[in-house]
Amino acid sequence: MRRLLLLEKAHIEEIDRYDIYRREGGYTSVEKALKSMSPQEVVEEVKKSGLRGRGGAGFPTGLKWSFLDKKSGRPRYLVCNADESEPGTFKDRYLMEKLPHLLIEGLIVSSYALEANRAFIYVRGEFKWIIKILERAIEEARTAGWLGKNILGSGFDLDIVVHPGAGAYICGEETALLESLEGKRGLPRVKPPFPAVVGLYGMPTVVNNVETLAAVPWIVLNGGDAYASIGIGKSTGTKLISACGNIKKPGVYEVELGLSVEEFLYSDEWCGGMEGEYGLKAIVPGGSSVPILPAHLALKTASGQPRLLSYESMADGGFETGSMLGSGGFIVYDEAQCIVRNTYNFARFYHHESCGQCSPCREGTGWLERLLHKIEEGHGTLHDIDLLWDVQKKIEGNTICPLGDAAAWPVASALRHFRQEFEAHVHQPQQCLFRRRASFVFANASVEIA
Amino acid sequence: MIRITIDDIETQVEEGTTILNAARKIGGKIVPPALCYYSSLKGSGGKCRACLVKVEQASARDPRPMPKLVASCCTPAQDGMVVRNITSPEVLEARRGVVELLLINHPLDCPICDQAGECDLQNFAYEHGLEKTRYEFPRRTFDPIDIGPHIQLHMTRCILCYRCTLVADQLSNDRVHGILWRGEVSEISTYIQKAIDHEFSGNMIDVCPVGALTDKHFRFRNRVWFLIPMDAHRNCAKCCGKVVLWLRGKEIYRVTARKDEYGEVHEFICNECRWEHYNLNDWVVEGPRAFQPWSVINANKYHANTKELPHTLYSKLDNERWNEFEGVN
Ligand SMILES: Cc1cc2nc3c(=O)[nH]c(=O)nc-3n(C[C@H](O)[C@H](O)[C@H](O)COP(=O)(O)O)c2cc1C
Ligand code: SF4
Ligand code: SF4
Ligand code: SF4
Ligand code: FES
Repeated sequence: MRRLLLLEKAHIEEIDRYDIYRREGGYTSVEKALKSMSPQEVVEEVKKSGLRGRGGAGFPTGLKWSFLDKKSGRPRYLVCNADESEPGTFKDRYLMEKLPHLLIEGLIVSSYALEANRAFIYVRGEFKWIIKILERAIEEARTAGWLGKNILGSGFDLDIVVHPGAGAYICGEETALLESLEGKRGLPRVKPPFPAVVGLYGMPTVVNNVETLAAVPWIVLNGGDAYASIGIGKSTGTKLISACGNIKKPGVYEVELGLSVEEFLYSDEWCGGMEGEYGLKAIVPGGSSVPILPAHLALKTASGQPRLLSYESMADGGFETGSMLGSGGFIVYDEAQCIVRNTYNFARFYHHESCGQCSPCREGTGWLERLLHKIEEGHGTLHDIDLLWDVQKKIEGNTICPLGDAAAWPVASALRHFRQEFEAHVHQPQQCLFRRRASFVFANASVEIA
Repeated sequence: MIRITIDDIETQVEEGTTILNAARKIGGKIVPPALCYYSSLKGSGGKCRACLVKVEQASARDPRPMPKLVASCCTPAQDGMVVRNITSPEVLEARRGVVELLLINHPLDCPICDQAGECDLQNFAYEHGLEKTRYEFPRRTFDPIDIGPHIQLHMTRCILCYRCTLVADQLSNDRVHGILWRGEVSEISTYIQKAIDHEFSGNMIDVCPVGALTDKHFRFRNRVWFLIPMDAHRNCAKCCGKVVLWLRGKEIYRVTARKDEYGEVHEFICNECRWEHYNLNDWVVEGPRAFQPWSVINANKYHANTKELPHTLYSKLDNERWNEFEGVN
């Protein structure tokens, strides 16, 4: 059964406008929270719901909120992470385009829960049109009395500020985001201290993903227990999955956590199966940072269980045979895709996006890219493949922020599962199916491949 | 006070002390190397990853190990913490990795580098490095820029420890240099080629762990191990006036601040002391400066007093040199 908690109203014409959104029952969670619940009660409901951060790490949101330092009496901030720049992930963008008022509603009830009087939305700079959508929606909400001083006569004040980033992936990392918001270079901070204690301008701060905050209104209206009854085990509720690659129906889907990968991939309700003549080769299930899974491990875990779209099932088997749900960027590769080329492509991205602060990531990401380029171009040796493994190991776990790991994991998993393909690039680079198909396409001059 | 065990040696430190400083309290071989942390510069550390250690037990209350290696320079010690540094193969392996990565783009022009002999990277690589590089791609280069009359910038030698920017931030109120760009191509630069010129700018040279920032007045004039370092002071209105004079005979080749055994300066000096008093009569000489026995600065002129404990061992200037100097004085 298909359950929609976030995108239920996304199909409604002009739902991005306040009047329509309100007519469809929007902002009732704000009424409920501000009129009949204490901030602590809202936190408790979110704790009960089992909601986990949708930005990638899957950290329990209620727990994160309860770490916020409220005792010291310093001002608190809520920051919405809308920097979505991970290759393969484009769910927040869809949510903000379609339902900007849902995010604002989520920000209001969450700020109320955290007793924060100022919230920020840090938006990826390239999302120029979304900034306009959000600003218009905030203006509409303010005019209608949902923002500003003494909202609904409750004594609670809130303002939301939209802040565009300048195009750096690293500013999606929460502490780099805070630096950038303060007007500094986007360099991740050394932790501890965590933002819950020392965050924006040194004040206690919570950073949450767009989708996480958008899930809060439903929880406030229907209760944490109702949310927890959806999903599977500790993966409660629904998750947006942005599906792309060689599938018939790429797009953003809301799935109940626990749906099997097989059904998601092949059912007409979702991805609609593989596009074209080739079968499934591999899936990157959670955005470019997570380990790639070969077809057999993508559909079934090593122990033979069906692989599910849930935090636990995706991670089943650890790094040896599993991956991670991550941010829900679901990238599907058919048999004609080249894993070496794909790994090179990812490595190039991480090299370009490293902030350069810590030595293993600054120096290592460039080395990975160059080695992969060499192999992909057909100049590699078997020694280069071993070296590649060595270099990624020197980065992983030794850096300030997880970008170093994110650069290492795709390389490690590609080598683990597709080593023969790397070796084939050393021995017979021209046999690469991708190249053969690409040259076929060129010969027919139908599509251009960049 | 809290208890912490590092490489099976227990010590007690104040709450809030980092693992690195706890290790320094114990001293000796178990002290992790530090290329970016600098105790007198606020906000330093965390970047070079040379100081990574393994936390086998997070605290007495939470005896679980920490999942990753942690930077000892910015991880606070907890009561009952158990740390492994040189007794952990994992740490040594990670450190080898850090050296290798720091060196892939490094020019290794030690033979013509003024820092040679007192370079943290050189020492670090000597102790933990591989003999051969496995990097075969062209090394990174930069367009040279002039950062003023006193300081020479060799960007290719920079390890981006950020210490010099912290000096400029914390010792002056007009920082004109910083880090430009991002990632692998980040570089130290000045605001539209502005000269760095504030009264304490010279300290950037002393805090730089490598030969990226060197003294223009000393450039190519001598090698540090041919000089005799003498502690000296003068009355200075701007700074503490406590320096090291680097002498050959009566001639002062350069003046620096005093570094401790970890290469750190605790009392910064002004540019006047550093560059405007090259006459020995301007100074009250206190005596020869002590160095750790392994330092090449000792070469040919110091001998070790082997009766002391290894880590408190400082070399003493041998009599012949001392007499030579006393004659001068
Ligand atoms: C390199 C890097 C990039 C990230 N980019 C994003 C991003 O674009 N959006 C996001 O929500 N979280 C991103 N994160 C995760 C955030 O650091 C943080 O965990 C998240 O915003 C917390 O929100 P949540 O608990 O609601 O998931 C990134 C993390 C790293 C290390
Ligand atoms: S891991 Fe990479 S991106 Fe993260 S702080 Fe270090 S250099 Fe910057
Ligand atoms: S900075 Fe150090 S390692 Fe680099 S060339 Fe100079 S002395 Fe050698
Ligand atoms: S120039 Fe020296 S002090 Fe400055 S960042 Fe580079 S290595 Fe560090
Ligand atoms: S000294 Fe700790 S990371 Fe550089």
